[in-house]
Amino acid sequence: MMKQGIPRLLCLVAGIVMIVQFFIPHPISEKIFSESLRWVRIISAFALVLGVRSITVHHGTRIIRKSSGWGYSLVALVAMVVTAVIGLFGGVDPHATALLPTSIGGFSFHLQVLYANLMVPLGATMFSILAFYMASAAYRSFRARNKEATVLLVAAFIVMIGMVPIGSAIWPKLPDIAQWLLNVPSMAAKRGILFGIALGSVATSLKIILGIERGWLGGGK
Amino acid sequence: MSFLLAVCFIFGIGPPEAVKACDRPNDAGKCILLSWKLSPDDAGLKSYDIVRTDAFGKDTVVGSVPSGIGSFTDESVRDNVRYTYRVVARQDSLRAESVASGIAVSRAQWFNKARVNVLVALVIFSFLVFYFIRHARAGRKLFIRRIAGLDAVEEAVGRATEMGRPILYVPGLAGISQISTIAALNILSEVAKKTAKYGTDLLVPNRDPIVYTVALEMVKEAYTEVGRPDMFKKENVFFVSDNQFAYAAAVDGMMVREKPATNFFMGMFWAESLILAETGAATGAVQIAGTDSVHQLPFFITACDHTLIGEELYAASAYLSRDPLLLGSLKGQDWGKVVILAVLVAGSILLVLSGIKGLSFLHVIYSFFNIS
Repeated sequence: MMKQGIPRLLCLVAGIVMIVQFFIPHPISEKIFSESLRWVRIISAFALVLGVRSITVHHGTRIIRKSSGWGYSLVALVAMVVTAVIGLFGGVDPHATALLPTSIGGFSFHLQVLYANLMVPLGATMFSILAFYMASAAYRSFRARNKEATVLLVAAFIVMIGMVPIGSAIWPKLPDIAQWLLNVPSMAAKRGILFGIALGSVATSLKIILGIERGWLGGGK
Repeated sequence: MSFLLAVCFIFGIGPPEAVKACDRPNDAGKCILLSWKLSPDDAGLKSYDIVRTDAFGKDTVVGSVPSGIGSFTDESVRDNVRYTYRVVARQDSLRAESVASGIAVSRAQWFNKARVNVLVALVIFSFLVFYFIRHARAGRKLFIRRIAGLDAVEEAVGRATEMGRPILYVPGLAGISQISTIAALNILSEVAKKTAKYGTDLLVPNRDPIVYTVALEMVKEAYTEVGRPDMFKKENVFFVSDNQFAYAAAVDGMMVREKPATNFFMGMFWAESLILAETGAATGAVQIAGTDSVHQLPFFITACDHTLIGEELYAASAYLSRDPLLLGSLKGQDWGKVVILAVLVAGSILLVLSGIKGLSFLHVIYSFFNIS
């Protein structure tokens, strides 16, 4: 009872306060809103500790059990520890003195250097893979297998050709038709979905605030 | 232009007129709105200076706007202090000052009247939801249309069991404050009950530490609820990374190495949606996705076997659990859509009619539906 009762009460009070706050522009109301956002950030910081524990347990177990790809787990754990040590003892400002030296001669392994030279290019690599996935997904979806897929293929072809300079060279009205496809049929479908999403969000919020939907408490009745 | 300047120089310039100052409505205070009728010599002017006089008679130039503009927002005022304003038209050394405005006092408001329409919509919608929940509680049958993607959940879990492979469940990449994440976690609870029943492994990689803790509790509770707490593996629900592409890379790796028989992608996704779904498709897994991000829907529809579109994601937990209270709220949502459709039709008719001479008053009703 206590395990679910208190969180449900907190949820009810916080939910109602936030709904009321939306209709009150007074500085007191704004202060409540900004303060609650601060709380969320603080709670997130605490949860990160649990996250680090989870990473350690998950990858540690894989290494101990020698599960398939355990070497990757070792790399992940070593990278996490090394980055944390450099960040904690080397600081985040490359020009400030810190407990740990972050360069040997001309070779810098400062946190900012690691981020700019490892995280950024690795992230960019993953993002650029998207181009290839898009090509394969487009090939799959644009095959004219039935009536609907043929409509999709024709519409996509018009939009793609209409959006590049060669489109207007072929037929000056092509860019207008492409824009019409985006502005009218596509937008109409999007708005229909958005109405459903908006109502679904409000209904789910109401169910959570009033304790009808209790899955987020870890299930149970 | 030079002719106008010459006229201004010989005859002087006309001042701005009808300076009006008022508190900005529906705000947190500390703001006064000004408007005035442009000087008759506006075309030859350089700018308008706004001079504020406080309760002690002290003048302060609070801003300046170029010629052609007849309004200004003063955000440097204090609340509950009486101010008057003058607007000075300027052309080099020539100046023409308006008559002072009436007294204006800035105040913080306790109710945003511009949101009355939202309040009305919220009350109507809440009433519909509660009405149908009551209806369902009374034991009356409610018709809910079939959702193919959700009907496939049971089959997908069965397939994984037969193949002896795990199920991968990605609860989106957003934080717990997103409704779509909560919807994804509700579905996770139902999926976990099924995997517990069939004895299939369930892998839940998380991007957000708070989502991870909630997901862990939900899966544990689901296993306990179906009487299989011994089957719950804590290490199968884990935090990966809060970096978007690091997370995508880790989940992709998992799909390639562990070869899950079924992949669930539920919740909020961004650019990584296709990276995840295409990798999953390449491994031959059955894929069920659900998102309320309209930009990612086409990718999931292309690469997944079943996709829950928008609101279907929110309906999923009710559909899977068949809890009458949750089903009742679904019915309320449907009637909410009927109301929106009616408002759209009525609004369109009102807008057309308000253009007819003598019926312009209808525009007031139409404006009520505008959200600010």
